[in-house]
Amino acid sequence: MLALKKILRIGFEHVEDWFDIVFGAKWNPFYQLGALGWFYYWIVVVSGFYLYIFFDTGVTQAYQSLEYLTHEQWYAGGLMRSLHRYASDALVVMMMVHLLREFAMDRFRSPRWFAWFTGAPMLWLVFAAGISGYWMVWDQLAQYIAITTAEFLDALPIFGESIARNFLTDAKLSGRFFTLMVFMHIALPLFLLFVMWIHIQRHATPKVNPPKELAIATLSMLLILSFMKPALSQAPADLSIVPTTVNLDWFYMPIYPVMNNVSGLTVWILLIGATLLLMLVPWMPPGKRAAVAVVHLDNCNGCSRCAADCPFSAIDMEPRSDGSAYKLEAVVDASNCVSCGICVGSCPTATPFRTKSELSPGIELPDDKIKELREKTIAASSNLTGDDRVIVYGCQDSLDPAKLAEAKVGIVTMPCIGMLPPSFIDFVLSKKLADGVFLTGCRDGDCDFRLGIRWTDDRLAGERDPRIRKRVNQDRIGKYWAGMTRRKEFFKELTAFRLRLNKLESSQAEDKIKTNDSSEKIDA
Amino acid sequence: MLKFSRLLAQVISFAVFGVALAYFSNSPSYTYHDAEMALIMVSFSHSSERKEECRRFTPEEIAATAANMRRPMDCKRERVPVYIEVMLDGENLLSKSYNPTGLSKDGASSIYERITVKPGQHHLLVKLRDSGREEGFDYESDTTINIKAKELFVIDFRKELGGFYFKRDE
Repeated sequence: MLALKKILRIGFEHVEDWFDIVFGAKWNPFYQLGALGWFYYWIVVVSGFYLYIFFDTGVTQAYQSLEYLTHEQWYAGGLMRSLHRYASDALVVMMMVHLLREFAMDRFRSPRWFAWFTGAPMLWLVFAAGISGYWMVWDQLAQYIAITTAEFLDALPIFGESIARNFLTDAKLSGRFFTLMVFMHIALPLFLLFVMWIHIQRHATPKVNPPKELAIATLSMLLILSFMKPALSQAPADLSIVPTTVNLDWFYMPIYPVMNNVSGLTVWILLIGATLLLMLVPWMPPGKRAAVAVVHLDNCNGCSRCAADCPFSAIDMEPRSDGSAYKLEAVVDASNCVSCGICVGSCPTATPFRTKSELSPGIELPDDKIKELREKTIAASSNLTGDDRVIVYGCQDSLDPAKLAEAKVGIVTMPCIGMLPPSFIDFVLSKKLADGVFLTGCRDGDCDFRLGIRWTDDRLAGERDPRIRKRVNQDRIGKYWAGMTRRKEFFKELTAFRLRLNKLESSQAEDKIKTNDSSEKIDA
Repeated sequence: MLKFSRLLAQVISFAVFGVALAYFSNSPSYTYHDAEMALIMVSFSHSSERKEECRRFTPEEIAATAANMRRPMDCKRERVPVYIEVMLDGENLLSKSYNPTGLSKDGASSIYERITVKPGQHHLLVKLRDSGREEGFDYESDTTINIKAKELFVIDFRKELGGFYFKRDE
């Protein structure tokens, strides 16, 4: 499974690199899979409302009402029907790629089990909702689906009377059946919405809306597609005739041919088994979990920055328990903490300048203490020489120190770049440990811990606490969000940064000479 | 990448996605049933006879039972399987037993079989056994059918209507 995951991950990253070039990190659809899924869901809901107004639940009227919408009212009803179909299909694509990608990126372990676990029933709901929709058209495809689904349900030994018998003759079918299908087709998506809401509950600032430009582009594509190739019904259902060749929607019905050729009970076992296996993936080996963040109340002033920055809502601010004058204290919910260290990066007490007392911030990771980060920084700088001495800070998932050895830089890694307090950059530069600081991490827009890159950018830009001090020369800070695959570009950026540092050193040396010359002249 | 090239690449990406959606939403087609063949469906639910005949309680047994639990007959719940045979032009197409449903095997046996046949005129013979007998059948019926390609012919069974009955569309 590890090898498969690694291949998948590298595959994803290479494809996404190309999409980064074309769309940019902000609009890269691969970084917006969940949000695009939500967007398609809303298109399906809105178009579904319109179709519902005109849909007739009679045995013969169901087909006719859709034919009217498709042909007589093609500019509105037909368009809505096509949007309804294509957005539903796109929703399946987004959902499946999202699932595969989260698996490849190993984003399902520890507290992330919750989103993974709640995602599994969504698969059943999406497919059931989509299939019930096709059923309502009551064309030959619907007849095929009705018969095959009923036979599949009959395989379960829980129904007294065979459901499939209802589709033997038209005489057995009544309008009540379509009323039931309408109810199912509304109830299932509503329940799906509820599960979708649960799915994102453990995420702070979840992405449920794609960037406006991406949303407009994808909606435009669906509209053009709907006009160019409208969704059509197949021949009307006729239970006295056996459906022969049907045009399946392969996004929703790839399992149907299997159902026709394998016993229903086997398919049930396969599907339920696969679902259970999928749900258990977060607990499969190797499942090493890092120690969660701990709060040191002696140094916590209850500023709430850690709670505001935590991407997984793992920190709550609660009334003080130690009798301190501060009103609040940070409390870590171990079940939600992913040990990313972003809270440490946000803590104003995580400053390496502190020397009189032991460097112990208000919050930190037991396995990656801030004191050790300072020691690593000092150690990394000890062998640097020349005018372009660089300390590279990077996250563990993106930076391989062994592959960076040739770059002759000081390397310090941590779980997430968001763990680096900006004061460390000030520390390195003001203490002359290096001439520049270079930051790297996951690819822009796809931080493994969701918000590490965003918060780091904001902190360096002085837009989020803790801000970098104004005295720090921004020219001496470089960054490139490289991920795993962009090693070549990383070296290119690093080299360019070093050249800038060299120039900076030269111009400062010239300025110094000029200043000395002018002071000598004044003296003379 | 130049701005125009990026825009073009974006349009191509969306176009590829759109074409994939349009194609796979109803292609390639799938053949569920050979258009040259007809279909006979055998489908019904039927409660067979009980495995053991009911026995009348002796007066002693009734007297030994609590007053509110007394009943004249002792009937075991389990039923025998329903056995069916379908012959078309003398050829055996189906011969199978169907167990009663339910945890106590006291429910109706449910039969649902699809038999693909060549269209044309055929002599159809169906037999059913729903009692504990070892040989022979309790119900038997035959008919001549003229079935077209793609047509569905249903073999149903209702004890209250006298046994087998055949239908196309009612």
